Amino acid sequence: MLRFVIRRLLLAVTTLFAISIITFVLFFAVPSSPATVMCGKNCNPTQIAQVEHRLGLDQPLIDQYGTFVKGIFAGRTIGEGDFARECPAPCLGYSFRTDEPVLDIIKRTLPVTVSIVIGSAILWLLIGVSLGMASALKKGTIFDRLAIGTSLVGASLQVYFFGLVLLLIFVYSTGWLTAPSYTPFTQNPGQWAYGLILPWITLGFLNSALYARLSRAQMLETLSEDFVRTARAKGLPKTKVYTRHALRAAITPIVTIAGLDIGAALGGTVITETIFGLQGLGKASVQAVEDLNLPIVLATVLLAATFIVAMNIIVDLLYAVIDPRVRLG
Amino acid sequence: MSNTTAEPGPRSPGNEETAAAVLQVDPSAEQPGSPVEAKAIVGRSPGQLAWLRLKRDRTARFSAIVLIITAIVALCAPLIEKITGTSPTDQFTSQLTDFAALPIGYLGGISGAHPLGLEPGLGRDILMQLVYGLRTSLLIAFAAALISTTIGVLVGVVGGYARGWLDSMISWIIDLTLAFPFLIFALAAIPVVENRFFNARDNIPASFRVGMIIATFAIFNWTNTARLVRGQVISLREREFVEAARASGAGTGHILLRQLLPNIWAPVLVTVSLNVPAFITAEAALAFVNIGVTEPTPDLGRMIFNSIQYLSADPMYTFIPGVTIFLLVLAFNLFGDSLRDALDPKSSR
Repeated sequence: MLRFVIRRLLLAVTTLFAISIITFVLFFAVPSSPATVMCGKNCNPTQIAQVEHRLGLDQPLIDQYGTFVKGIFAGRTIGEGDFARECPAPCLGYSFRTDEPVLDIIKRTLPVTVSIVIGSAILWLLIGVSLGMASALKKGTIFDRLAIGTSLVGASLQVYFFGLVLLLIFVYSTGWLTAPSYTPFTQNPGQWAYGLILPWITLGFLNSALYARLSRAQMLETLSEDFVRTARAKGLPKTKVYTRHALRAAITPIVTIAGLDIGAALGGTVITETIFGLQGLGKASVQAVEDLNLPIVLATVLLAATFIVAMNIIVDLLYAVIDPRVRLG
Repeated sequence: MSNTTAEPGPRSPGNEETAAAVLQVDPSAEQPGSPVEAKAIVGRSPGQLAWLRLKRDRTARFSAIVLIITAIVALCAPLIEKITGTSPTDQFTSQLTDFAALPIGYLGGISGAHPLGLEPGLGRDILMQLVYGLRTSLLIAFAAALISTTIGVLVGVVGGYARGWLDSMISWIIDLTLAFPFLIFALAAIPVVENRFFNARDNIPASFRVGMIIATFAIFNWTNTARLVRGQVISLREREFVEAARASGAGTGHILLRQLLPNIWAPVLVTVSLNVPAFITAEAALAFVNIGVTEPTPDLGRMIFNSIQYLSADPMYTFIPGVTIFLLVLAFNLFGDSLRDALDPKSSR
């Protein structure tokens, strides 16, 4: 067990290193220097060189990468002379544009994305999985057909279309809701939920549909397996067969997919944030790429990758808990 | 290595399925709905059986017809342009209001000359934008699905069969690709590559951007197919028929392509049918981060993105492309479901 975790962690670290290097190289392949973009149109080459020097962009690529990695683990001093300032340990640098510490930007935008994801994930897991399981148990009934139809529609809808339709109905036409906005949970939980209800419904409904289809198929497959028949044959009550035996086996692959989906979504729900005008991690990173704002790009890409890699490991560990057939090693 | 073995048509693999021997080729199986086929006992390959089941499935027939019509409309876009006499770039600004540039008339300016109305702002005919937009969408989705599946199948077969360091390496690359945030990467990479080939002042041809989008999709989406194929190959590689092939002196290439590949085409075909609608959705989403197909090439995603600012004033502009993408994806999903049922009758509906 411990060996498994250590091996997976080492693998995850190499993955993250590879991703940071690829992002770094890719970014420096951009022909226009961030200094030119920052400096504006009326900059002469000397001024551009000054800006490049201030940002550390005149250093060799390997040195810049080394400084970046060192900053994450040990902190670093950014700038020199009067501009010098200490950037303590998980140092991700400063925004090229606003000079705001990248860590602060992430602290500001990550809660928005996390709030969107948590709320919608609870919705889609609860509704999607239970709907799928229930329609598998009631296979062939009107309820089942209704559930199949609804989930097929939901699975074919797009976030950007469904979100806009909801926005049109609930905000522009009827005025029942105000346009989505983000209020920190700690400040006012009611306002927090009210402001995020449309993104939750959008993502929640679309993903519920996918998960309902998935869990229905899984449950049907499990119900046709021998161990379920055995459980029934030995006289267990139906509910016990379903909950203790079938559910446990059927839910394993769903946990994997849910883990990966949530991990990927935490890295930024770009489209949802764009449609509802929420300033989350996804929007921040898209904006950063357009501004050639390397420190933010690196930080957001790494963070998103970390979420995915971490969820991968968590899912594998959960597997061993849920599915007794799985041995880690 | 040949690409043709990677994408078998729905019928062609029939003669490759040596495990289920074809006792006798039944000519009536080729005719739809022939009543005699139930009487004579004939042996059919799994491929033929799947084709028969697919033909009997009403949903499959209906969604296939919808898809074929859509494909014809998309392919005949220039012909439709000739018939209606409206080009997608024609601007009918005289039919927009002076102040807000909204189309005059009800439901976004629907009229005999413009059956789906006009775009607010530029005043272009929405029907023609839609027809040409479908062509863009389908081209990108099919090309990306074809390329990513080919890569995925080849990598998956090699990884599953290889064991040892090669398999570990491939698995690690798959994990790496999966951990990369796709949109951010596409956003950063597409301008970089375009700048390598063109100067800032050059007019980048639309086809180049289309090619870039296809390439980006292919680079990021072979992983699912590769994982699936790898798993299938691992479960097959110890089977007797592989051992028999090896014992009779078959080379690795023969075992991979002629022995293993024909046994995994069914799940691969299903992933292709589900990848195409996913690509249609994703291609349109690219417009929301400014890396979609560029003007003046019509694009459904960009229409929706542009429509956001007119959402309350002219909702039809949002609805028409939105409903089109939805119906297209729905038809593909329905067909994909039917295809899966036809290929794997054990999967229950």
